[in-house]
Amino acid sequence: MVDINTEGQLDTVQMMVNMGPQHPSTHGVFRMVLWVDGERIVDLEPHIGYLHRGSEKLCEGELYAQIVTLFDRLDYISNLNNEMVFCRAVEKLMGLEVPERAEYIRVILCELNRVASHLLFSGTFGIDAGAMTPIMYAFRDREKIQTMFEAVTGARMMHNYIRIGGVKGDVPDDFSQRMGALLKELRQGIDETDRLLSFSEIFLARTKGVGVINAETAIAYGMSGPSLRACGVPMDVRKDEPYSVYDRFDFGIPIGEKGDSWDRYYVRVMEMRQSMLIIEQALEQMPDGPTITPSRLVLRPPQGEVYVRGENPRGEIGVYLVSNGADKPYRVKVRPPSFCNLMAIKELLKGTYIADAVVILGSLDIVLGEVDR
Amino acid sequence: MELNMGTGNMEPRSMLNQAAPGVITARSEQLIAMARKSSLWPMTFGLACCAIEMISTYMAHHDLDRFGIVTWPSPRQSDVMIVAGTVVKKMAEPIKILYEQMPEPKWVIAMGSCATNGGPYYRSYSVVMGVDHIIPVDVYVPGCPPRPEALIDGFLKLQEKIMQDARERGRKT
Amino acid sequence: MAERHRREEVPQASSALDDKGRALELLLPGVLAEFEPEIVSTVNLVAATVKPHDISAVCRVAKEDPKLSFDYLMCLCVVDYVEHLQVVYHLYSTTLNHMMVLKANVSPDEPSLPSVTPLWVGADWYERESHDLFGVSFEGHPNMAPLLLYEGFEGYPGRRDFEMPEYREW
Repeated sequence: MVDINTEGQLDTVQMMVNMGPQHPSTHGVFRMVLWVDGERIVDLEPHIGYLHRGSEKLCEGELYAQIVTLFDRLDYISNLNNEMVFCRAVEKLMGLEVPERAEYIRVILCELNRVASHLLFSGTFGIDAGAMTPIMYAFRDREKIQTMFEAVTGARMMHNYIRIGGVKGDVPDDFSQRMGALLKELRQGIDETDRLLSFSEIFLARTKGVGVINAETAIAYGMSGPSLRACGVPMDVRKDEPYSVYDRFDFGIPIGEKGDSWDRYYVRVMEMRQSMLIIEQALEQMPDGPTITPSRLVLRPPQGEVYVRGENPRGEIGVYLVSNGADKPYRVKVRPPSFCNLMAIKELLKGTYIADAVVILGSLDIVLGEVDR
Repeated sequence: MELNMGTGNMEPRSMLNQAAPGVITARSEQLIAMARKSSLWPMTFGLACCAIEMISTYMAHHDLDRFGIVTWPSPRQSDVMIVAGTVVKKMAEPIKILYEQMPEPKWVIAMGSCATNGGPYYRSYSVVMGVDHIIPVDVYVPGCPPRPEALIDGFLKLQEKIMQDARERGRKT
Repeated sequence: MAERHRREEVPQASSALDDKGRALELLLPGVLAEFEPEIVSTVNLVAATVKPHDISAVCRVAKEDPKLSFDYLMCLCVVDYVEHLQVVYHLYSTTLNHMMVLKANVSPDEPSLPSVTPLWVGADWYERESHDLFGVSFEGHPNMAPLLLYEGFEGYPGRRDFEMPEYREW
């Protein structure tokens, strides 16, 4: 490739380009003001807050059982994981035991949700890099998962299924068979998308070496999840501080090498396969029994505070819950994974091309619903 | 659509039919409306959770392309704006600017309960209670989020509305 | 008329620290002795309350001391207890895999703390958000522009005295 170096020969002026809140590639209402010199980004300023709905303040005015629906809508692609972390926070505060069957159902659904979220990521990341077909395959598989969710929880998206003390109701009778068939189809679908996209020469050229971040900087920014694991840091809440029944499963944590966009993408593809391993083991081990510990509708947890971590598809979500004994929480603070991953955008984008900016932003896999809350 | 045919057993009704039998005529507004409704191009404007269901509707399983609906990123060349998601006060101005950038004739579908009237965030300090405070809305699709089938129903209602407007000679200016 | 029975005393959540938490509980009073922290244990973590102007120094000790090595700022938030605002830092160590909570109480009239962005770059947006929602200012922060709220928003929505609005049209 001919590198045309015009330094010192041409007078250039920096141009301000606004990648506004409405943009096909910003994955939501995210605004970046870029100062560019030619095609290279010299400086940028991210603006968020275009989806700030005041969820945390709203939580202070709702009963604990009602907050689960608000948490559904935070990271609107991994609904069940959000519900789970909130329910775990309240259960820890109250010292409530969850029945084993409920724990297994929660894990199965959360891991299925992880597969659905990563499928959406791989589809939209393909679109960012210019590949129009993988998104069709990804959504075809996502529809199958959403049909399964509808059979179990009653809704395609905002499930409101994981409740404080367990899960809302039992799974259908033919759950194991249906899940077995679904996993088989998902494996084929993921392999297909993988074969199509992951090692395609154009895709590699667009993502390899693009948006490199090293491990120390990533930890300083507080990044987590696949974006951090792509830098080589083996941090995963399911292994570091196993919650629910994750310590009973045998699964691996995919780790990248260089911390570039391709690593961030491929770590997620490998995670999908590990999630399916977890689901298979959970289906074998699932015991019979009740699915919820009955508790009052109007819960009054004891006074105190608790911080609970969970592993969302996007990274590590934390819920800081402060209770003063009333039926509504005193303060609910959500530590969203995409918030911290997005903070590194300034460092990642300086000096890159505008076209790479789209790919890097896509590889971080942010959801503005949880960045802004 | 009224057909004035002058062949067969029917008497030719107008001079045009007497002069040129076998020609179907219709009012131009109706033909133009039929063309418009059959190729609505929405602007990609997903704000929040409803955007995910909107994307699902565009994809192969539910397929909006069979209705002629192709998503288009630029407001300057799109017909419909689907407001999918919560409208936050900070976002109100960009929405207005985008709406004004769209050329006539344009329509707006408010998808989801947040865009209809604030939705689950009706007590929030920073949410606009429905996008119809900012721009005029033609079709409201309820749901949180609405199923893809509901969004398709919304589009079909919009198509009906376009034809109805043309039939009543109430052209959208 | 029978009155509903009110519990006179609000029950407190019981603390259930794990091994690492207990080890930290014994370790912290020694390491942070010069700042005279108040060490309590919440349900699953150890919390140390220090004075606001000491925060920078305490965080530096927390990050650099090899027995603590909290190199990861998990979360930074503000809680409004009406007499004071409490700034809460959740710190995590990637190497030693333990976690602690650091708290500082500031007055609601002039809430001001030193910023910890020199230590953890990831505190940047957390501090801007706290400023937006609660009005806490952080000295030494590079850019305190509004993050989540629009320009010209009046009031601090996170605070308890900002009333939870009922449904109104706009």
